[in-house]
Amino acid sequence: MREAGAKPARPLGAERKLKISKGLRADFLSSFIAFALALVIGAAIIAAMGKDPLKAYAALLDGAVGNRNSLAETFLRAIPLSLAGIGVAIAFRAGAFNVGAEGQLFIGAMASAWVGLSFPSLPPILLLPLMGLTAMVAGGLWAGIAGALKAWMNASEMINTIMLNYIAVFLVSFLVHGPLQDPSSPLGQTARLPRAAYLPIMLPGTRLHGGLVLAVAAALLASLFLWRSAWGFRIRVVGKNTFAAQASGMRVNGVMVSALVVSGMLAGLAGFCEAAGVQHRMIENISPGYGYTAIVVALLGQTNPIGVFAAAVLFAALQIGASTMESAVGVPSSVITVIQYLVVLLLIGRGAFDLIRGKVMALSRREKG
Amino acid sequence: MKDHVERPGDAGTPLLSMRGISVAYGALRANDGIDLDVGAGEVQALLGENGAGKTTLMKALVGLAPIEGGSIEFDGKDISDISPLVARNAGIGMVHQHFMLIPTLTVAQNLCIGLRSEGYPFPNYRKITAKISGLSERYALKVDPSARVADLSVGEQQRVEIIKALYRGARLLVLDEPTSVLIPQEIEGLFEIIRNLSAQGTAVIFISHKLNEVMSISRNITILRRGKVAATRRTSETSAKELARLMVGYEMGDLPAAPAISESSPPVARIEGLRFVDSRKVKKLNGVDIEVRAGEIHGIAGVDGNGQVELARILAGILAASSGTIWLDGKDITRLDVARRIRSGLSYIPGDRQRTGLVMDLSVRDNMTLKLSDRPPYAVHGFLDFGKIRAMVEESIRDYNIDCADSGQEARTLSGGNQQKLVLSRELRSDPRLIVAVQPTQGLDISATNYVHSMLLERQRKGCAILLISTELDEVLSLSNRISVMYEGRLMGTFDRDSADRETIGLLMAGKQHA
Ligand SMILES: Nc1ncnc2c1ncn2[C@@H]1O[C@H](COP(=O)(O)OP(=O)(O)OP(=O)(O)O)[C@@H](O)[C@H]1O
Ligand SMILES: [Mg+2]
Repeated sequence: MREAGAKPARPLGAERKLKISKGLRADFLSSFIAFALALVIGAAIIAAMGKDPLKAYAALLDGAVGNRNSLAETFLRAIPLSLAGIGVAIAFRAGAFNVGAEGQLFIGAMASAWVGLSFPSLPPILLLPLMGLTAMVAGGLWAGIAGALKAWMNASEMINTIMLNYIAVFLVSFLVHGPLQDPSSPLGQTARLPRAAYLPIMLPGTRLHGGLVLAVAAALLASLFLWRSAWGFRIRVVGKNTFAAQASGMRVNGVMVSALVVSGMLAGLAGFCEAAGVQHRMIENISPGYGYTAIVVALLGQTNPIGVFAAAVLFAALQIGASTMESAVGVPSSVITVIQYLVVLLLIGRGAFDLIRGKVMALSRREKG
Repeated sequence: MKDHVERPGDAGTPLLSMRGISVAYGALRANDGIDLDVGAGEVQALLGENGAGKTTLMKALVGLAPIEGGSIEFDGKDISDISPLVARNAGIGMVHQHFMLIPTLTVAQNLCIGLRSEGYPFPNYRKITAKISGLSERYALKVDPSARVADLSVGEQQRVEIIKALYRGARLLVLDEPTSVLIPQEIEGLFEIIRNLSAQGTAVIFISHKLNEVMSISRNITILRRGKVAATRRTSETSAKELARLMVGYEMGDLPAAPAISESSPPVARIEGLRFVDSRKVKKLNGVDIEVRAGEIHGIAGVDGNGQVELARILAGILAASSGTIWLDGKDITRLDVARRIRSGLSYIPGDRQRTGLVMDLSVRDNMTLKLSDRPPYAVHGFLDFGKIRAMVEESIRDYNIDCADSGQEARTLSGGNQQKLVLSRELRSDPRLIVAVQPTQGLDISATNYVHSMLLERQRKGCAILLISTELDEVLSLSNRISVMYEGRLMGTFDRDSADRETIGLLMAGKQHA
């Protein structure tokens, strides 16, 4: 109604872009602040142990990116974290909490190893995509179970994905100790994969493999998917308001299940990368909790695929640098775990920051006035 | 402070005096140098179109809006650096349009949240209950302190909010559109309470879009227009007509009446024997039969809670009927899902636009795209065509005159009227055959209400069938070609507009068949 009719035809696009980038900035700023604060608290803990926090962090940095090999290790670690993290982020966008990336990763890794072992004579160009696809299908199905239970029986996906994690881990453990065990070893692992099933090395002399390409592609494609595709649009609408989504003709359950399935597919792909890129077989302990760290990574990346990738690299650097810190300065690497989870607490406590900011603004107003 | 405005017929210093209050949201000046005075024990009305800045001004008063400039004086003290705590301690309480109660707690528990004085960490509920009873008695505010808030009706929850403010020692009570959620009987009750408060020295700021309410309850009226004070009037010296003109800035014409429908116009929608039993085994609909013809507005009058919402949700396909059939253009759509009903030409304007009508966290553009994500040319091969969408959105913003900074603005930050225009623009653009409209003008100002009505009439002239469900009898009577009255899940009778008289319909709404 305001200045009705007199409104000049303005280029809506330009303003919109500005606004979006402003909202994004605010989001990432809060991530940055949470991370920085976690580092500060971590420094205090280190100081309390009688060690020099600056020295510890310097060792951490050196261990994470100090040389070619540590850099490669950092990115190597970022691959499963970002793939699973992007998956968790997509589920979040649909309003579903996928705590089951860990189990989906296990199932994906197991399935791809099984394919690799079953078709040893296929050339890499066929075998690797086949393994990757199988991993995605398996991970997606595994997540789909939780999705179906939520959609049709109204069972919380949070509980179900956690339960399915246990089932997945024990199922894999049974398989690698039983029917699929490497006959020449007493360990819980399968036989070594054929060479054709190895993901190619990207940086000669290091362990960094082609999974990095998959992770970067996943971040870009997931962004495209969420903000350009009709399906991604529906996911975002359902995640914000199921009532409005339903009233406008969207199949809320279908959309929610599909997001969980996509989420599981990405976690499955992460499992494929670990099996075919790092271990070159399926082992009982294929993941030290990547699927759980992925949740933190998704939150820190503000459920934005590109942001999640960045957060994954950051967390990978922390984890890789931690052992150097431990050996060089004598600070236990568990401090890094503390920092990681502080990030979550601080992000969740963002409301408190807003309160404080309001207070500060009120104070500055008083000074001005 | 030389520009102290002369307040009509009043002496002495007022209880509250706001001077030059300015609030900006980004580039938008929601409040632009507003002055407001309220005397002790006075009822002050705030009028203004949707988006005029009424809520913003009141939020500024209780420390919830980013004030840029201006001063606030309350009871002789300068409280310009206002915050929610300062406001509470000073004795200013606000009842928001959306209640701020915790549904799972009891009334007494809700009241002592944040009050350490009532016992910390273990509140003294006996003392609290006694205090509530005292307030209840003093102001004739009936509230059961041990009831769970979730079990209370909207009117009762509102009373809890009022008691909550009084409990905290409010001497100025802000009520933001308190009547828009109440049924007529409850409105009378609320007015009784306001009169009691005022008689005992509590000042009240009362916001409403209904001129007759403002005329009957207030002493002074301040009219806001586009963030500024347009006028201040003594209620006894003005008229509803003058107020309407001051609000919109021009004289408003009357709406053209809905053209009559001819006997031969074909039925578009037919509802037969619709029954619905909800999950708690309560019969909400007991065999409803309705026929809506092409070019007909069929009004459903009734007091809220008599099955109207269920009827609308069943028609929209959100709720499944227990039995009965729905025909649209001769096709049985009873078993179709929401998407297929939309494709068959059904449009649904839900009553709760903030929940079902809009995704408040998404932009204007995304909200306009809600129903188009599977529709070419806006979606091709599964991808959204933003060029096409932007063109459509800009056209809709222009056509419906939606007041927003740009199409990326969040729906949440639009004023009520503009939110409803956004819903309308989406629901009407597809040339629907049948429109199910529930409370389409709830919370809207006069000109927005007129606008919504004119849009519905335009559709009606084009041959669309419209089912208008509203608890506002005036709205139903003035727009509909035929009127049905709903009571306890059944239709008490159907009237042609000419044969409908207010009294009979009023009695039927109360469930009295023969007077
Ligand atoms: N948080 C916000 N961010 C941006 N703009 C806002 C915000 N809150 C309100 N506005 C804008 O400020 C203007 C005034 O809004 P306000 O809610 O005060 O109107 P109102 O007079 O209460 O209207 P209504 O009768 O619809 O309740 C509107 O144009 C609205 O879009
Ligand atoms: Mg308002």
